Amino acid sequence: MRTLRFLLRKEFLQIRRDRAMLRLLIAMPIMQLLVLSSAATFQIRSASTYVVDDDRSSTSRGLVQRMEASGRFEVERASGSMKLANEALLAREVTAIVHIPADFERDLVRTGTAPIQLIFNAEDGAAAGMLRSYAASIISDYSAELEGELTRTTLDPRVRGDDGPSGDDGVSARSGQIRIQTSGWYNEGLSYTDFMVPGILVLLVTMIATAIGSMNIVREKEIGTLEQLNVTPITRGQFIASKLLPFWAIAMVDLGLGLLVGRLVFDIPIRGSLLLIFGAAAIYLLAALGIGLWISTVAQTQQQAMFLSFALNMVYLLMSGIFTPIQSMPDWAQWLAELSPVKHFIVIMRAVLVKGAGVMDIKIPLLVLTVYGVVVLAVAVKRYSKTTA
Amino acid sequence: MTAAAVEARDLTRRFGNFTAVDAISLSVARGEVFGFLGANGAGKTTAIRMLTGLLAPTSGEASVAGFDVYTETESIKCSIGYMSQKFSLYEDLTVRENVRLYGGIYGLSDAEIRERTQALLARLGLERSADDLVRGLPLGWKQKLAFAVALNHKPGVVFLDEPTGGVDPITRRQFWEMIYEAAAGGTTVFITTHYMDEAEYCDRVSIMVAGKIAAMGTPDELKDEFAARSMDDVFFQLARPEESAR
Amino acid sequence: MNALRGFIVKEIHHILRDRQTLMILLLLPLAQVILFGYALRTDVRGIRLVMVDPAPDPASLELRSRFTATGIFEVVAALPNTDALPGYFQRGAADQALVLEPDLGDGGSVMIITDATDPNTGSTMQAYATAVIRGYEHEIAGPGGGGIRIIPHARMRFNPTLESVNLFVPGLIALVLTVVSALMSAISLSREKERGTLEVLLVSPLRPWQIIVGKVVPYLVLGFANVLSVLAAAWLLFGVPFEGSVLLLLLESLLFIVTSLALGVLIAARTSSQRTAMMGALMGLMLPTTILSGMIFPIASMPAWLQLVTNIVPAKWFILISRGIMLKGVGLAHLWPETLILVGMTTLVLVAAVRSFDIRLS
Repeated sequence: MRTLRFLLRKEFLQIRRDRAMLRLLIAMPIMQLLVLSSAATFQIRSASTYVVDDDRSSTSRGLVQRMEASGRFEVERASGSMKLANEALLAREVTAIVHIPADFERDLVRTGTAPIQLIFNAEDGAAAGMLRSYAASIISDYSAELEGELTRTTLDPRVRGDDGPSGDDGVSARSGQIRIQTSGWYNEGLSYTDFMVPGILVLLVTMIATAIGSMNIVREKEIGTLEQLNVTPITRGQFIASKLLPFWAIAMVDLGLGLLVGRLVFDIPIRGSLLLIFGAAAIYLLAALGIGLWISTVAQTQQQAMFLSFALNMVYLLMSGIFTPIQSMPDWAQWLAELSPVKHFIVIMRAVLVKGAGVMDIKIPLLVLTVYGVVVLAVAVKRYSKTTA
Repeated sequence: MTAAAVEARDLTRRFGNFTAVDAISLSVARGEVFGFLGANGAGKTTAIRMLTGLLAPTSGEASVAGFDVYTETESIKCSIGYMSQKFSLYEDLTVRENVRLYGGIYGLSDAEIRERTQALLARLGLERSADDLVRGLPLGWKQKLAFAVALNHKPGVVFLDEPTGGVDPITRRQFWEMIYEAAAGGTTVFITTHYMDEAEYCDRVSIMVAGKIAAMGTPDELKDEFAARSMDDVFFQLARPEESAR
Repeated sequence: MNALRGFIVKEIHHILRDRQTLMILLLLPLAQVILFGYALRTDVRGIRLVMVDPAPDPASLELRSRFTATGIFEVVAALPNTDALPGYFQRGAADQALVLEPDLGDGGSVMIITDATDPNTGSTMQAYATAVIRGYEHEIAGPGGGGIRIIPHARMRFNPTLESVNLFVPGLIALVLTVVSALMSAISLSREKERGTLEVLLVSPLRPWQIIVGKVVPYLVLGFANVLSVLAAAWLLFGVPFEGSVLLLLLESLLFIVTSLALGVLIAARTSSQRTAMMGALMGLMLPTTILSGMIFPIASMPAWLQLVTNIVPAKWFILISRGIMLKGVGLAHLWPETLILVGMTTLVLVAAVRSFDIRLS
């Protein structure tokens, strides 16, 4: 234990003296957290829209009005020419085109159905998909409204003047009609930051932990100081602990600072127990650093260690579930994601921070992380040998 | 368990097809200053690494301070000091911090560390640079520091791999004074060098050529054996037999 | 120029001799593009649904089978009331819940509860569930009770099937290329600095700018090999369209590689150790490129100040260019502003790198 104390003192002295490293370890993650959290959103501000209304009826105008009123579509241009509209789309002057054909109102009244055409710039697919959903729901609401009006006046004498059993909004609930209510739990404001901030924070902290952890031991190997240590009576456990603990401490500090920033700047919810978060973090960081250390025992040069940890971080980053849902991945990819400790810790962070989960709720990912940590550290210790065979 | 400080019998190390150390045998008594000589690439460093427990031998036997190099490496490490050929202390720590670190690692008490560090720095003339980062020290001073760290915990056997490479004559003399002091105090000094004049300072020497020990004995014995006037000459004969025959 | 040529030859020898690293540099980007190209999808599937049905009747059972029939929903539990529901969400065992009222067929109501922690998938799941219910409703209403339906036909220009790959692959390529290139040049330069061999170079007739060019040029070839391999993968494996000029795309990619290499050089010039150079390249590029380049999150969604910030991310411009060429088929006539910006950035970065050397010398 005393030896460990001396080793730790040496590590901290070295870290303290490396100004650039300190900046990378503390200032950079916080700065990135601040900037990137604001960026990570799919929320569409209003999409600039080009309207080609060949019908020019009150119904078609009503539809366009509804779309604008929703705040999602902003009519920038309107004309009778689809050619002009398409050019504007190509030149990225508008994001969406709404084309209402000439017999729109007439078809609706006569047959009850009528098509309209929507064209979206899907270069940037996420936005286009959302816009399509918005449009569809605006249109379907409008259809229901029209139904109320049109059937009252022309189609169905049964329902004339009768609002129906559920009607408080003018939409008659006729036989066979289902009223749908929706409720989004845990995120009434549909805030992206609540979701992104914990995720980005975890990614940042992990990147630091694995990148530094992986270069740590290799560096001593490369510059030769490792040999001097190997010749002394220090044990493998003491050595690895001395390499692990300082950065474990720094990562915990980063996490704490990040949560503070998240709370103060982004107002992220902290519905569950902070103690639980830090407890889970302690385990998680041991696993993450352990992986870094393991890389360190495998790599011959710092450069190799860096590329390995880069490859690993890419997997962590893209398969974390932050950017694309894990449930959407093909099965084999979901298995791969299961192997990523990042994924499990993000699940824990979100469950505890946003959903207020307790320790029993997160017992599975927690267990996975613990096993991970134990296995990885055991392997790293075993691999590290003071004597070359 | 033998009484010799360092003992080897047919110690061998192969790397693939290449035999770096070829069945060497030697025995160094306690308190001896043993010079382990040879040209660059002869296998000296590999042999030392096996004796210090850094490298496992391919075959043969050896023991250091009575402990077996195969099964008792950790015990060996408690009993030895080591100064490597390439400087291997921490450049981003100060002189004092390096000494303190290794003092602690070898189990010296805080009081011992304090006292010995003071004495050591004084002896080496490093007091003024005690709190400077090692990075900024000239090479000779770095070597002095590494030497001091190797001896600070008063080990039974100390291995010095080319300790005087690149230092000025005054420092070289200081090193040898400290070596004699240590030996007089009972420490066995196992030193490699390719400076043949330093061979004269040793109690006994061995000369390695291409992985084998080509000659071993006191400097005088060897000079007699090879009818040479200096150790340089002895070495030359061993290393280039065809040329010396002329 | 002879000195420069000799220097470049030396660099090439360095690279060729380190077989392991060479293999990594050639294969890693390709492997990543392939892996993530197959793995990343944005369409939502495998939605775990909890049915809360206090009084199951044929109507509600029919609705339930509608959901399972879509292949997107998976009913994981049927509960009699909502008491146990929060637990399901907190454990992450369910994504959505349907709370059914009795008398479904007669104006009863359905409550769709969605775990909106992820607002994006949340609103998509909600939309899907709503669509299933409306579809069911329409069916049971039967013919003659059709009601009014406006049918939107949506066309997704430039990416008709909203293929996730078409979106991700240009972005993935940008991400992978930029980090690998920057790492390559940062490592090369910082290693020389650390070993001390740079000093020798600086004392030689080689001028600082020549040293920098000498560090960048050999990796250009490697980088280009990377470009070819990932674009081939994009085309052959993922069927990403190549509407525009392949030559233009290759040239622009080359430009982007130079930009990234230059960034690596700048980072190495400004840091004192290999370790900080590498970490700087990795941390400074990975996350900002992923998030700010528009590869996943639409730039139009970001706050105005942030949209300004994205302009300094080279990958953003490259993604615009590559999407433009690959998906829209436009040429230099449309893309010259973006290209010019990339050229400008590269020049600025290189000048800054050379400047760092000069400062060091004086």
